[in-house]
Amino acid sequence: MDYVNLALKAIFVENIALAYFLGMCSFLAVSKKVDTAMGLGLAVIFVLTITTPLNALINNYILKEGALAWAIGAEKAGETDLSFLTFITFIATIAALVQIVEMAIDKFAPALYTALGVFLPLIAVNCAILGSSFFMVEREYNVTEATVFGFGSGVGFWLAMVALAAIRERLKYSNVPPGLRGLGITFMITGLMAMGFMIFGGIQL
Amino acid sequence: MDKATKATLVDPLFDKNPITLQVLGICSALAVTTKLETALVMSAALTFVLVCSNTIISALRNKIPGSIRIITQLAIIATLVIVADQFLKAYLFETSKALAVFVGLIITNCIVMGRAEAFAMANPPGPSALDGFANAMGYSVVLIYVALFRELLGSGKVLGHEVFAQVSDGGWYVPNGLMVLSPGAFFLIGLLIWVQRSLTPALQEAE
Repeated sequence: MDYVNLALKAIFVENIALAYFLGMCSFLAVSKKVDTAMGLGLAVIFVLTITTPLNALINNYILKEGALAWAIGAEKAGETDLSFLTFITFIATIAALVQIVEMAIDKFAPALYTALGVFLPLIAVNCAILGSSFFMVEREYNVTEATVFGFGSGVGFWLAMVALAAIRERLKYSNVPPGLRGLGITFMITGLMAMGFMIFGGIQL
Repeated sequence: MDKATKATLVDPLFDKNPITLQVLGICSALAVTTKLETALVMSAALTFVLVCSNTIISALRNKIPGSIRIITQLAIIATLVIVADQFLKAYLFETSKALAVFVGLIITNCIVMGRAEAFAMANPPGPSALDGFANAMGYSVVLIYVALFRELLGSGKVLGHEVFAQVSDGGWYVPNGLMVLSPGAFFLIGLLIWVQRSLTPALQEAE
């Protein structure tokens, strides 16, 4: 049950886009149509589910204070703290992984590649991905928890983004004040959505 | 000052503001603005990273191979962010706790990557440094505006000093809790965009 709770919390209560503002740039820029929002959302779920546990592994067995105990002995490992390297290691892992995933999908699932293709490179610099890895470190998740958390965050992002895209498609028929058209009204809608998602805050898991 | 330099310096503040017009770097702009102090520290950190990364990337622009330029840029930016983060942890520990993961997220702040790609890769170091500084200022202006209103309306304070006496302390001001929560930030930026685009109709989007 703990894992279900963790996933539900990441999807609804602490939605990565609406409560923590991560991945906002692509969230606002790519949410004009439901189809593209769906594509990017699925790509984010996919990459997050892989990168978060991978970074958890790297953090728990290499970077954390005393984490190298399995390689150089507990005594020496106690003196080694590589945690200042987390930023550069995580971004390198994410960039490399996105590249590998892109090549693998291109080779084995060409249909999926044409659907996700343009979005995959964008994801390397999506702060939702890097942010989830940082949250994973901050909250000291183990590898299984990190997988669940990564998946949950991805689903939360996908859900928020598809919902926003659907609203924006409907918005074409409304008469928005000229100064507010485009980006302005999108911010207002996102604000209202964030308010809507706050009702989940009271749920005790 | 010649015209091009002036344009590099002034445009990012208003007509080409990275946040309200180029839609870059929004994540951190929203997340660190519940208090003015954190917003100021964040702006300083971003200014440092952006000026240095633009200068370094511009100095190396003829040496960076095109096919691996993104990862090279990321490595340079990540290194600078580590420096900024370690500095904050050493000298401003409390604020760095409040900023939590968001200093690290400067790495994926689209302004830094965006300016590296759009300006530093094509211009010499001098103008690139200026461009980095001006864009950082454009970012800071929005951050400070949002943080000022969120702190003032959300808790009646500015930089921790009381401006409006709160009801709970026997004053008259009932704090607006919405401003402290995430929707408040969205509404404030939305309003800023509305005001800016109404004043300068040329910036409006046709939709």
